[in-house]
Amino acid sequence: MSEHHYTPSSKFGKWFNDRLPLLTLGDHLASYPTPKNLNYWWTFGGILTFCLVTQIVTGLVLAMHYVAHADMAFDSVEHIMRNVNYGWLIRYIHSNGASMFFLAVYIHIFRALFYGSYKSPREIIWILGMLIYLLMMATAFMGYVLPWGQMSFWGATVITNLFSAIPLVGESIVTWLWGGYAVDNPTLTRFFSLHYLFPFIILGLVVLHIWALHVPGNNNPVGIDIKKPSKDTVPFHPYITIKDLFALLIFLIIFSGFVFFSPNVLGHSDNYIQANPMVTPKHIVPEWYLLPFYAILRSVPDKLGGVVLLFASIFILMALPWLDRSKVRSAIFRPIYKQFFWLLVLDVLVLGYVGAMPAEGLYLLIARVSTAYYFLHFLVILPVLSSFEKTEPLPLSISAPVLTGNSNEYK
Amino acid sequence: MNINKFIYIKLIIILLFSSNILFASDTKLIKQNWSFKGVTGKFDRSSLQRGYQVYTEVCASCHSMNLLSYRNLGEKGGPEFSLDQVKAIAANFEITDGPNSDGEMFTRPGRPSDKFVSPYPNVQASMAANGGAYPPDMSVLVKARKGGSDYIYSLLVGYEDPPSGFKLDDGVYYNKYMDGNQIKMSNPLSDGLVSYSDGTNATESQMAKDVTHFLTWAAEPHLENRHKTGWRVIIFLIILTLLVYFSMKKVWSRIDSEK
Ligand code: HEC
Ligand code: HEM
Repeated sequence: MSEHHYTPSSKFGKWFNDRLPLLTLGDHLASYPTPKNLNYWWTFGGILTFCLVTQIVTGLVLAMHYVAHADMAFDSVEHIMRNVNYGWLIRYIHSNGASMFFLAVYIHIFRALFYGSYKSPREIIWILGMLIYLLMMATAFMGYVLPWGQMSFWGATVITNLFSAIPLVGESIVTWLWGGYAVDNPTLTRFFSLHYLFPFIILGLVVLHIWALHVPGNNNPVGIDIKKPSKDTVPFHPYITIKDLFALLIFLIIFSGFVFFSPNVLGHSDNYIQANPMVTPKHIVPEWYLLPFYAILRSVPDKLGGVVLLFASIFILMALPWLDRSKVRSAIFRPIYKQFFWLLVLDVLVLGYVGAMPAEGLYLLIARVSTAYYFLHFLVILPVLSSFEKTEPLPLSISAPVLTGNSNEYK
Repeated sequence: MNINKFIYIKLIIILLFSSNILFASDTKLIKQNWSFKGVTGKFDRSSLQRGYQVYTEVCASCHSMNLLSYRNLGEKGGPEFSLDQVKAIAANFEITDGPNSDGEMFTRPGRPSDKFVSPYPNVQASMAANGGAYPPDMSVLVKARKGGSDYIYSLLVGYEDPPSGFKLDDGVYYNKYMDGNQIKMSNPLSDGLVSYSDGTNATESQMAKDVTHFLTWAAEPHLENRHKTGWRVIIFLIILTLLVYFSMKKVWSRIDSEK
């Protein structure tokens, strides 16, 4: 936290602030010293906050009209689409909003990977972020069940069935999760309840995430520690607020493109068929943002093995600050890491692609190779690289490299 | 940095390319130049009205449309029948209502607020009458099939004689576009099956086009409003973005001039 002390100018303000220092908090947020060289990859935090609020607000309105019952859920969503004033808009914002949320979170995460933002002293920020990401996946998964279409039902069946792989207690756990012997009304109602709850837990974690961020301050593209406040920093307001707003508006234009002109491309047509336990769809695929994990899951012939790898692939990310021990944060000064970073991006995209394909033949082979590479990257390449890689010399301050004339590199 | 950009572009190309594979189907659908396609797309009123005629005279004997009410036929952005027409359409149907004060169910002529009457009392009855196949409810059918409107149109004109050696069971028909090429719906359309009140020649493909148009509206009744609102929102956002961009330049010029 910045050290200066803040005194409200009005008498009432002072009286209030002595009792609840909200104004001090506001002043801290506005004057929070931020590195002046942050590029647009840093605007996604603000965008993510916006996405969360959008999901909560649209979700609240949907919940006023939605009926969480196996016989009525599908028709109630259609009722929202047809008869509720601008219900189609609310629902399309919510369903496409989930995709945009994940698009933003993936950019945000890969930003952290590129610039080494997970490293000391920001490990807690990183872990909180991972927890948010986990809860987002759970929330979106349960939300996708709510319209009670074919993919809702069968996706829920496939994913909950994963827990049956746990030795001894697996079957009982699945029955417990379902509230019966199959995915049915009890499953739907509890998913609705949890889908309503989780975003608020996420909100709480977001507050902690930002709190933890405000202790060391932002990392920056060159990844060096800077003095705060100094001539390397700018106050958050108006410099960062306006830049975040600009980026958010661009994001909103793309978001609107989906909502208004192709609201269903990111979804699956089978989800406009009401859930039917007697008819299994030909390919059961999760939403696009879960595909890489789906590919990892299916790349192992053994169910338990697949589930273990699935969870490992996420939890390995939490251990990242201790797997990558290189002192240099930014990939800009790590010539070899930089190449591996892009390979990882490619690997995850490939995983996402094969996750949407049937798990057979060449697709399965590619899925296995990419899964193996994913773990290789985190478990072998990163630790080894930390000790071998020759990094490039770091600038002394943010203003320094700008003075050397290569300003483009660092912007 | 250049190498990264290069890889980046390659990634995007791979993504675009792969999404093509993702959505490519085995048999190429017949693509129509639908008036509702694209970012300014609108429905063609007369096609919607003809399509409703095909639906109600042909398809409605097997397919329900549970999510629609007769009043929808007069709403903006749809077939836009006049209120009197809607009342007359609804009055053609017999609705079971009740119970009345004596506890009896009774029938009365339909009103615009009534839901479309279903041909069968339940799914089982519809299957029993159709050789075990369920004629799907048509309210969101267009959105429930990959390929959407183009698929529905192709299916309707896709009946053919099976290739030699292709075994078909009784009551199953060969269709180029149906999954597995076997469908338990006989070709519902033939030239001149309906006589259009606006004088349009009712060829098979004309009826297929009209009924698909109608079904597309039924699945997405607010499409026109969505497109119109979309333009307003996006133009507003672009103007706001420009204003914010110039303010941002102004604000940051204080910092940028320092170095
Ligand atoms: C005699 C009853 C009957 C009539 C009339 C009828 N259908 Fe069907 N329809 C069916 C049945 C039964 C199925 C299910 C076929 C199957 O699953 O094999 C079906 C299925 C369909 C399908 C879904 C195909 C798929 O991809 O699953 C469409 C689209 C369709 N009908 C359109 C129409 C249209 C448009 C009309 C009016 C022009 C119409 N039908 C008239 C009985 C009928
Ligand atoms: C982290 C934030 C959230 C995410 C990622 C999320 C995601 C989703 C997704 C993917 C769907 C399915 C969309 C569809 O295909 O129709 C959905 C549906 C739904 N969500 Fe959320 N949601 C969030 C927050 C909320 C909140 C806070 C509420 C309630 C207050 C809510 C209420 C609903 C309701 C009622 C539905 C069913 C209606 C529908 O399917 O459109 N959501 N959500």
